[in-house]
Formats: sequence, structure tokens, C-alpha cells
Amino acid sequence: MKVTELVEKLQLKVFTASAGLENEITGGYVSDLLSDVMGHAAEGNAWLTLQNHLNVVAIASLRELACVILVKNIEPPADVIQKAIAEDVAILGSSEQTFELAGKLYSILT
Amino acid sequence: MIKLNYTIEGGDFSRAGYASSQVKKNLKQLGVDQKIIKNIVVALYEAEVNIVAHAQKGNIEVLISPTGVKMIVSDQGPGIVDVGQAMQVGFSTASEKVRQMGFGAGMGLPNIKRNVDRLDIETKVGKGTTLTMIKDF
Repeated sequence: MKVTELVEKLQLKVFTASAGLENEITGGYVSDLLSDVMGHAAEGNAWLTLQNHLNVVAIASLRELACVILVKNIEPPADVIQKAIAEDVAILGSSEQTFELAGKLYSILT
Repeated sequence: MIKLNYTIEGGDFSRAGYASSQVKKNLKQLGVDQKIIKNIVVALYEAEVNIVAHAQKGNIEVLISPTGVKMIVSDQGPGIVDVGQAMQVGFSTASEKVRQMGFGAGMGLPNIKRNVDRLDIETKVGKGTTLTMIKDF
């Protein structure tokens, strides 16, 4: 499934214009520990997190994740948005908490 | 042989990942296997973050040969008191600020070890640490 389809299905906010919207999502990963994501997330994963600083973009880009989804209305600061667009990383947002959102993502992807 | 060099400033989290991303681009251009690139990127990123999180400054030297990559990451920093302890998952001396960013979970060095073929750590308390990491193609 493409990121843009997921945006529609889960009614996600898009913070980063068209960056990364055509990426293919292969699965999901949920963690707020950056080294955990770095070491264990897989390419093409949608990453659910509440971390919203520049290193989130670095990790998403380095690990070639499909997109970052910020939970419970957390918004990325301007420098994060700017870097994400430059690196073609999609940062999305949801009003839901991690548990509910992960559940929905899981049932969509499996 | 390709030689790449990067200087890292301690505390500057906005730049963490820059060297890893440049090395990744180089390895991609050389047509190195995706899985090996992934291993190298994970190891080098963790090493970069360690400098930013713990040291005053550091230097990364990356040597790419036809048979593999050697990465020498040296810093002027606090050094590691007990390397064996630092290699254990969950052990960290990171500050509260660093932990709030989602780092400092004690996964850095173990992540590095899992992703390279050889890891040597030379460290002097109060002086600094040098990691030498080798990944074969």
C-alpha cells in the first residue's frame, strides 16, 4: 500500500507536502527509542512515534522507512518539516494514541 | 580505495546522521549489497550519535576498499570506564536531555557490534574513545 492510500484510510494529517507519499508501505514499527528503530525497523515500515525532532528524519531517511506517523496530535517543528521535505521523508499526524493507531494500521496491512 | 573524513561536534544533534548519509550515498554508487549498506549505516549512525551525546568533538574516517569498509571513529570525550558494561544492552550514561530525545537506551554499542564483522574499542577515561569497525563485503 502506498503512503498516500494510508493517509486517506486513517485520515492522517500530512505535514510534508508531497514528500514520500508514493512510498510503498511494507509493515509497521512502533517505538520511541531511536536506536531501537535504527537497529530493528525494516525498510518500508511506517513508524509510529511521539518523537518529533530532527533525528527522527535522519533515521527515517537512513533506514528508508516509508513514513513517520506522529501520534496524539503531536506536530513537527518547522526545522523538522523542512529537513523531511528535503530528504523526501513523509511525516504524517494522527489524533489517535499509539495503541489505537497501531491496531488500525495492523489490520489494514495484514 | 576511497577515503572519507568527517568532523563531528559534540552536542550538535541536528547534524547527527550526516556522515552516515554521505557514506551510504557513496556505497550505493559503488553498488554495494543493500544489506551490507544497511549494516554499515546502522553502525556508523550509532557511533555518530555517541560522539554527539557524550564527547566534545570527534572525527570519522571511512576507508572503502574493494573488499570492505573500515571506519575509525575517534573522539575527545569522557572515555568508557567499563567497556564490558557499556556493551550490555540497557546500560547507558546518557544525560536526561539525551534520553528524552529517545537516545540513551543503552543500545548503541550493542547495535554496532551486531552490524559489523569486527569492532575494536580503545578508550582512556578523561581522554576519549576510538572505535575501529570493519565490515567485509
